[in-house]
Amino acid sequence: MSELTEGYLGITASGGKSRVPAKLDYIQSFTGGFLALFMWGHMLLVSSILISNDFMYSVTKTLEGNFIIDGGSPLLVSIFAFIIFIIFVVHATMGIRKMPANFKQYQVLRAHAKSLRHGDTNLWLTQAFTGFVMLFLGSVHLYIMMTNSSDIGPYSSADRVWSEWMWPLYILLLLAVEFHGTIGLYRLSVKWGWFDGKNPRSTRVRLKRLKWILTVFFLILGFASLVAYIKIGIEHVDHVGEKYIPTSLTQGAI
Amino acid sequence: MSQQKDITISVLKFNPRDKESHPKFVEYTLQETPGMTLFIALSKIRQEMDPDLAFDFVCRAGICGSCAMVVNGKPTLACRTLIANYPDGKLQLMPMPAFELIKDLSVNTGKWMDNMSNRVESWIVDNEKEIDITKIEEKMEPKIAEEIFELDRCIECGICVASCGTALMRPNFVGAVGLNRVARFQMDPRDKRTDEDFYDLVGDDDGIFGCMSLLACEDHCPKNLPLQNKIAYMRRKLVSVK
Repeated sequence: MSELTEGYLGITASGGKSRVPAKLDYIQSFTGGFLALFMWGHMLLVSSILISNDFMYSVTKTLEGNFIIDGGSPLLVSIFAFIIFIIFVVHATMGIRKMPANFKQYQVLRAHAKSLRHGDTNLWLTQAFTGFVMLFLGSVHLYIMMTNSSDIGPYSSADRVWSEWMWPLYILLLLAVEFHGTIGLYRLSVKWGWFDGKNPRSTRVRLKRLKWILTVFFLILGFASLVAYIKIGIEHVDHVGEKYIPTSLTQGAI
Repeated sequence: MSQQKDITISVLKFNPRDKESHPKFVEYTLQETPGMTLFIALSKIRQEMDPDLAFDFVCRAGICGSCAMVVNGKPTLACRTLIANYPDGKLQLMPMPAFELIKDLSVNTGKWMDNMSNRVESWIVDNEKEIDITKIEEKMEPKIAEEIFELDRCIECGICVASCGTALMRPNFVGAVGLNRVARFQMDPRDKRTDEDFYDLVGDDDGIFGCMSLLACEDHCPKNLPLQNKIAYMRRKLVSVK
């Protein structure tokens, strides 16, 4: 009843406003914060390849739950990827509300941003652009993770990156994720005033500096990991499809 | 003292009420004088070169907020803009967007601000008490009074609105000036409105939840109002309203 009344007249039956916009704002922030922090963890797990193939293999098996299921089950990874996909879709749905919705809005915003040359306005534009890019690239990646979760490992992942031509997508996705995520966390902090303290202006300067440090750190880590997978993928090109066997097992065989 | 130089001021001239008028940039060249502000330069142009040039001013001291305009892309007060801060001597002036254009650099901020004031009910609301203006006002804790006064320093110049991408894209957005005003009354102990009442004023996508935290309001406010902090405060308050 209330929804119908407000939809028609702009006012609820009790004379107030719907509480939904508050919930949408909160959900956008919560899902965004969760995904940004998840991506930090994700990047640290992916970069395990920089330590060794065996370490990356053991990380994969741990995520497959080999400590409770004998040999681990990729289904756990599929389920987790599905949950992330749902959160990703919810966040995208919330975020898209803020995008320019027609040519006029786009024209106004573009002229404004070009003329104003303002740091945080440009950060928002970067987030809007990278978010739009991730709608497509992120969906492709998550679909593969949901449907091919058994193909995660030093060789399987490297084969996917190199032989299955995912490296161009991963380069773009990495750039989009790291810019979107770190800018998002900075903007969340100033949006809700979490760390404002006694001097919000100097806090903001420090938060922005920290944001850039984190962006550079995760980009370096991400590209170093991607190069490592590409290198393994090139070396493994004649054995595509073969799974990695950890050193402990191959030595045991000898 | 800085070296005096020739300056070139390019002004976007347009009269929306004149059907013959089309938006065009007109250049004026004049010599910088010591301590010259943009307001002084514009007055000189109007007196000596172009009596038709329209721009607003009242106080000439950054108090009235009338002379806000866009200078080289940045909304600012002409009376507080020193020509010496533009070493290349080139200034491009445009009227502030978001407001009804009167002519050239003159915009109707008053109309916009009046709408905003009515919308956020920018006055003390206490339905329980009859106000007796013959009596001295109730005392208030100095700390609270200072906090309220800090937000009351807003001069309604419109710079926060003109620098806000959200307000430009979505003309119904209440802007930082409106959200600051709500925060000001929310903090005032004489105002008996609840957070639910404030929610009903600005709890939607044209109000607090439409703000995208671009923070150009905070970065361009000529009075250095704590807009980011107060908008965040109102967001935290209103998001938890049941």
